[in-house]
Amino acid sequence: MSTDNYSSATVADAGRAASGAASEPLLSATGVQMHFPIRRGLLRRTVGAVRAVDGVDFEVRPGETLGLVGESGCGKSTTGRLLTRLLEPTGGTVKFEGRDITHMKPGELRPLRRDIQMVFQDPQSSLNPRHTIGSIVGAPFEIQGIKSPNGTKRAVQDLLALVGLSPEHYNRYPHEFSGGQRQRIGIARALALKPKLVVADEPVSALDVSIQAQVVNLFEDLQAELGLAYVFIAHDLSVVRHISDRVAVMYLGKIVEIANRDDLYSSARHPYTQALLSAVPIPDPDRKGEEAKRERILLTGDVPSPINPPSGCRFRTRCWKAQEICSTQEPPLVQLTSGPRPTGADHKVACHFPD
Amino acid sequence: MTLIEEAGVGGIPPQPEELAVAARREIEGRSLGRIAWDRLKRDKVAMAGGVLVILLILMAIFAPQLSSLEGQDPNSLNGTLIDPNYSTPIGGMGGISAHHWLGVDLPNGRDIFSRIVYGARYSLGIAGVSTLVAIVFGVVIGMIAGYFGGWIDNVLSRLMDLMLAFPVLLLSISILGVLPNTAFGLSGNSLRIALLIVVIGFFSWPYIGRIVRGQTIALREREFVDAARSLGASPFRIIFKEILPNLLAPIVVYATLLIPANILFEAALSYLGVGMREPTSSWGAMINAAIQTFQIDPEFLIVPGMAIFITVLAFNLFGDGLRDAFDPKASR
Ligand SMILES: Nc1ncnc2c1ncn2[C@@H]1O[C@H](COP(=O)(O)OP(=O)(O)O)[C@@H](O)[C@H]1O
Ligand code: SF4
Ligand SMILES: [Mg+2]
Repeated sequence: MSTDNYSSATVADAGRAASGAASEPLLSATGVQMHFPIRRGLLRRTVGAVRAVDGVDFEVRPGETLGLVGESGCGKSTTGRLLTRLLEPTGGTVKFEGRDITHMKPGELRPLRRDIQMVFQDPQSSLNPRHTIGSIVGAPFEIQGIKSPNGTKRAVQDLLALVGLSPEHYNRYPHEFSGGQRQRIGIARALALKPKLVVADEPVSALDVSIQAQVVNLFEDLQAELGLAYVFIAHDLSVVRHISDRVAVMYLGKIVEIANRDDLYSSARHPYTQALLSAVPIPDPDRKGEEAKRERILLTGDVPSPINPPSGCRFRTRCWKAQEICSTQEPPLVQLTSGPRPTGADHKVACHFPD
Repeated sequence: MTLIEEAGVGGIPPQPEELAVAARREIEGRSLGRIAWDRLKRDKVAMAGGVLVILLILMAIFAPQLSSLEGQDPNSLNGTLIDPNYSTPIGGMGGISAHHWLGVDLPNGRDIFSRIVYGARYSLGIAGVSTLVAIVFGVVIGMIAGYFGGWIDNVLSRLMDLMLAFPVLLLSISILGVLPNTAFGLSGNSLRIALLIVVIGFFSWPYIGRIVRGQTIALREREFVDAARSLGASPFRIIFKEILPNLLAPIVVYATLLIPANILFEAALSYLGVGMREPTSSWGAMINAAIQTFQIDPEFLIVPGMAIFITVLAFNLFGDGLRDAFDPKASR
C-alpha cells in the first residue's frame, strides 16, 4: 500500500467512500457500553462489573467495511455482539437505518435480524454438529418464515455455490468439512437473508494462513456482488488492511483511533496504533528498506483488567509518552484541528499527546 | 501488492488444500455415532452386558412362549410337589426337575421359571417406562435451567438438590402405602403399575436433570446457539432443535444407567410390600415371599435374587461401556 492517500484506491473504492459519506449511516453506535455485572454469593448481589465495552462511538456506512482491531480481550467480540443485539447494551445507543435498536425486545428485533447478520470466529463451534449443511444454511429461511421462489433447498444450494462450495454438500454434516469450508458455510448462512450489514468476528483467525487469504477474498467478492457493509473484526492490523475502508482501533473497551484505511496505515497518531502497526510486516518487497528504518515498538506490561481500568487514559500504564494529565483526564476521541498536523474529519484520535 | 495477494492465492473456486482435506476426510469419513460404535465393539465387557440386556428384553417379551416351552405357567398351584411333612419342595434342590427348570415356590408349588420370565415383564417394564418419564421431565427441566440460567436455574437447581436429598424410599413407601385400591379409573394391578411408574419416575428425574443442565450450560456457550439467536430463533426452537440433538448421546447413556437403579427401586418397593403384590410374580415380591422360608428352601430366594443381580449388572456394564464409547475422557 502506498503512503499517499487514495493513490492506490480503485475508482470503485473512491465512489463507494464518496457515496457513503453523503448518505446516512447504516449503523451508528453512540457511547455504547457493556458492563457485565459480577455477582457473588447466594443472593447474587452485584459486586462490580466487567467494563468490556465502555463508551464507543462509530458509524458504519452502507456498503463499506469498517475494520475493528485490538488485542484479545479488548472488547471486540462484545462490540460485535452488541451491534447484532445478541447482547443488550448497558448504556449508549445503537441505531440501524435511523431506528433505535438499543433496547428492542426480541419480537421487535426479529424482522431486523434479516438485515444484520454475524459470522463467527470458531468454525468448530459455529455449526451445529447434529445438523446437516442443508438445514444449517436453510435455518434462516425456516426461522424467519421466508419462502423462496424455487424452494428452500434450491436457495440453499445457490448459496453454497455462491460461497464456493458444491451444492452436493447439502446432506453432509459439519465434521466432514475443513475449517475453511466450515467458515464458508457460516458465511452462506449469514448471507441467506440478504443482510445489509454483516459483523464478522475474527472470521479467519482460526484458519491456516493459506486459507485465510481465500476466505478474506471471498468476503471481498461477496461485498462487490451484494453491496454488503461489513464490520470486520481482527486482532491485528495486517488482516484488515486489505479489506477495510476504515479502521477503528480498540483498547480496553474504548476506541483510541479511527480513520480511513490509508490514513491509519500511513499516519497513525495514537501511540497504541503505532505500536500495533510496528508489528505488521511491510508486504511490499521494494519497500522493505522502510522496515529497517522503522523501529519496532515493543509494548511492555500486561493489558490491565477491564474490571478496574486505569484512570484517565487507559493506555497510560503501557504508554511511553504518558504524563501527569494522562492519569487524571480521559482523552476524548476527536478530530485533531490544532497542532502541527491536523487530521481530516474522518480521522479521530483519543490522546493528549498525539504524534 | 498486499500481504494477501503476495501469498499467491486468488479467486474463490480453486481451493486445492481444502479439497485435499475434504478428500482425506472422505476416506476417514466416519460419523460420530459410527466412531462410538467402533469403540463399543472393542469393549468386550460392555458388549457382553449389551447381549445380556437384549436377551433379558427378549425373555420378557416372549415370557408366554418360554413358559409353554417348559410346559408350565406362573400361577398354577402344584400342592402335590410340596412335601407335607417338611413343607419343602419334594426332591430337594428347591424342586428342580425336568418339568420345573428352576423348581417350585413355597407354599403353593408354583413354577419358579415361569414366574421369573413373567416377572421380567414387570421389572423391565416398570423400570423402563419410569425411566422414560424421568427422562422427559429431567431433560425438559434440565434444559430450561441450563439455558435460561439466572433465577430460573437457581430455583430449579435447588429443587433438584432437594429431591436428591429426600429419603426417597421412606417417602415412596408412605405414598404407596396410603393409596386406595381404586383411583384414576384404574384398579388392582394396573393401578399399582401406574403408581410405581409415577413414583419411581418422579424421584429419579433430578438425576437426569442435573446432567442435562450441566451439558446445556456448556452447549449454550457454543457459537451455533448465538447464530440461531442472531437469526431470531425463539428459546423454544433453540432448546429443542439446537441443543436437544446434542444431548442424545448423554441421554441414552444415563438412561441405560438409570434403568438398573429403577429396577432395584421397584424390587425394593415390591419386597417391602408396597409395590407389586402376590400373586403377581414381580421379582421383588418373590423375594418377599421367599424370605419367610429361606432357611428351609434357599433356592426360592436365590433365583429371583440372581435375576435382579444379573439384570442390574448387565445394564450397568452396558451403560458404562456406552458412556466410555461416546466420551472416552469422561471416566476412569
Ligand atoms: N458474558 C460475559 N460476562 C462477563 N465478562 C465477559 C463476558 N463476555 C466477555 N467478557 C469480558 O469482556 C472482555 C472483552 O471480551 P471480548 O469482547 O470477548 O474481547 P475480544 O473479542 O476483543 O477478545 C474480556 O475481559 C472478557 O473476559
Ligand atoms: S493520552 Fe497519554 S497515556 Fe494515553 S496514549 Fe496519549 S500520551 Fe499515552
Ligand atoms: Mg473475540
